[in-house]
Amino acid sequence: MSATLASGGPSHVAPVPGLGLTLGMTLAWVGLIVVIPLAALAIKPWELGVAGVVQSLADPRVAAALGLSFGAAFVATLVNLPLGLLLAWAIVRLDFPGRRALDGTIDLPFALPTAVAGIALTALLAPNGWLGAPLMAVFGWQVAYTQAGIVAALVFVGLPFIVRTVEPVLRDMGRDAEEAAATLGATRPQALGRVVLPALAPALLTGFGLAFARSVGEYGSVIFIAGNMPMATEIAPLLIVIRLEQFDYAGAAAVGLAMLLLSFAILLALNLLQRALRRGRR
Amino acid sequence: MSARFRPAHADAPWATLLVAGAAVLVAILLLALPLAAVFVEALRRGLPVAMAAIVEEDSLAAMRLTLLVAAITVPVNLVGGVAAAWAVAKCEFPGKRLLVTLIELPFSVSPVIAGLVFVLIFGAQGWFGGWLQAHDIQVIFALPGLVLATLFVTFPFVARTVMPLMQEQGRDEEEAAATLGASGFQTFWRVTLPNVKWALLAGVLLCNARAMGEFGAVSVVSGHIRGETNTMPLHVEILYNEYQFAGAFAVAALLALLGLITLAAKTMLERAGRRHSRSAT
Repeated sequence: MSATLASGGPSHVAPVPGLGLTLGMTLAWVGLIVVIPLAALAIKPWELGVAGVVQSLADPRVAAALGLSFGAAFVATLVNLPLGLLLAWAIVRLDFPGRRALDGTIDLPFALPTAVAGIALTALLAPNGWLGAPLMAVFGWQVAYTQAGIVAALVFVGLPFIVRTVEPVLRDMGRDAEEAAATLGATRPQALGRVVLPALAPALLTGFGLAFARSVGEYGSVIFIAGNMPMATEIAPLLIVIRLEQFDYAGAAAVGLAMLLLSFAILLALNLLQRALRRGRR
Repeated sequence: MSARFRPAHADAPWATLLVAGAAVLVAILLLALPLAAVFVEALRRGLPVAMAAIVEEDSLAAMRLTLLVAAITVPVNLVGGVAAAWAVAKCEFPGKRLLVTLIELPFSVSPVIAGLVFVLIFGAQGWFGGWLQAHDIQVIFALPGLVLATLFVTFPFVARTVMPLMQEQGRDEEEAAATLGASGFQTFWRVTLPNVKWALLAGVLLCNARAMGEFGAVSVVSGHIRGETNTMPLHVEILYNEYQFAGAFAVAALLALLGLITLAAKTMLERAGRRHSRSAT
């Protein structure tokens, strides 16, 4: 024993046991709950044949629903970028009474069940609601039961993703670079635009990806406020539900598969963009 | 310190006030108001009406079902998540990154798709639909379907909170324990678990909150039979669609309370975790 300790390389440290057991459990768990079910999604549409899948997806209702889900998610996440940055900035950089309370409310959309958020937002934004009534009276805008209502619900759902990815980066960044820029004569907007914002860009992109991925598939918080009119306010997940109710399993799976592949492609593009950004900064 | 000028990077007081005010306004309009609306709408017709909606037969059945589904799914994802975290953080094997990607995958899948995949497998026209029907076993529109769909959507919570912490802590302590002759289970119970217990609890809480609050995935596999396959969020939907708004918001308020308690407990656990890691170093 003492001899092995004396010769002491890392090769003599006993490996941590339990790989076989834990890896076996993990593979069974991932395989049964995630991999096999998603494989079913990838296989099922082709029961229609390639032509059948194309025909099923060529339905103008599908294009409208996919366009709405991805478009509304994109707009809502875009709206959330400045809002999330503002909230993260206030939490990390400012000191004011109520800062901790503000910090505490950020995670509300994570904690509130989606159906609860859905009916609450509908009540608020309906033409007779707390926010809906003034918007209607002053601007003549109806938010609930329109595409604007869908965007509003997705803004609610996506906001914490942006705040919580930007916040730690902003905290770690410190103020040295800003201070240096100011010392070198940069105005405050210059320092923010050329020093702070570029440093936060990768985090903003990560947050964008997370919020977007969540918003595209969102169902519970959208369904009550959407109005659900085919071709106008019908989101893609709802179309899946409708096709299932008509026992069109393969057609439902085709829409689901298209949704997943589209969002993975977008997430991959975001990932590549982020890598390019990182390389550019180096 | 007090004699110093305002540092060059600091903002004028009016700018600070403006930004703080804007942030608070956004938080109130976007985050606090929806929460307030739930409770105000629930109490609009008085507390007795709200209470009556909560203790009504179908609502109690929904609560029992929600608790049952969570009681089955949370332990499964707890054990799976901890096993995965151990394998990834403490051992070496090829394909680790792919495994981690697969574990996090359910977070970027629509809840409706999470329900759909199990209908494709176990539904009447699904892969095993005929066989299940022949043997009189019901998965979809019954408890097993609700459990499977909930397992999928709550899948990553525990693994994701525990795995980064276990990786950060490295494997020195476990290797030392193994060298001293401890078995894998002894090492886990006496060395690893005490180091990650707060994060583990936070993961379980989040997993539980999502399991109890899930709507989209269970909506697809539930069949919406009142008093039988309706969970609490689905019961909210039924009441709402029947224009029983006070009742819908009363049950919703109960779910919102669950969310608020989860949030508060999570914050406390994170603080405990930070204290723990500070005292350890």
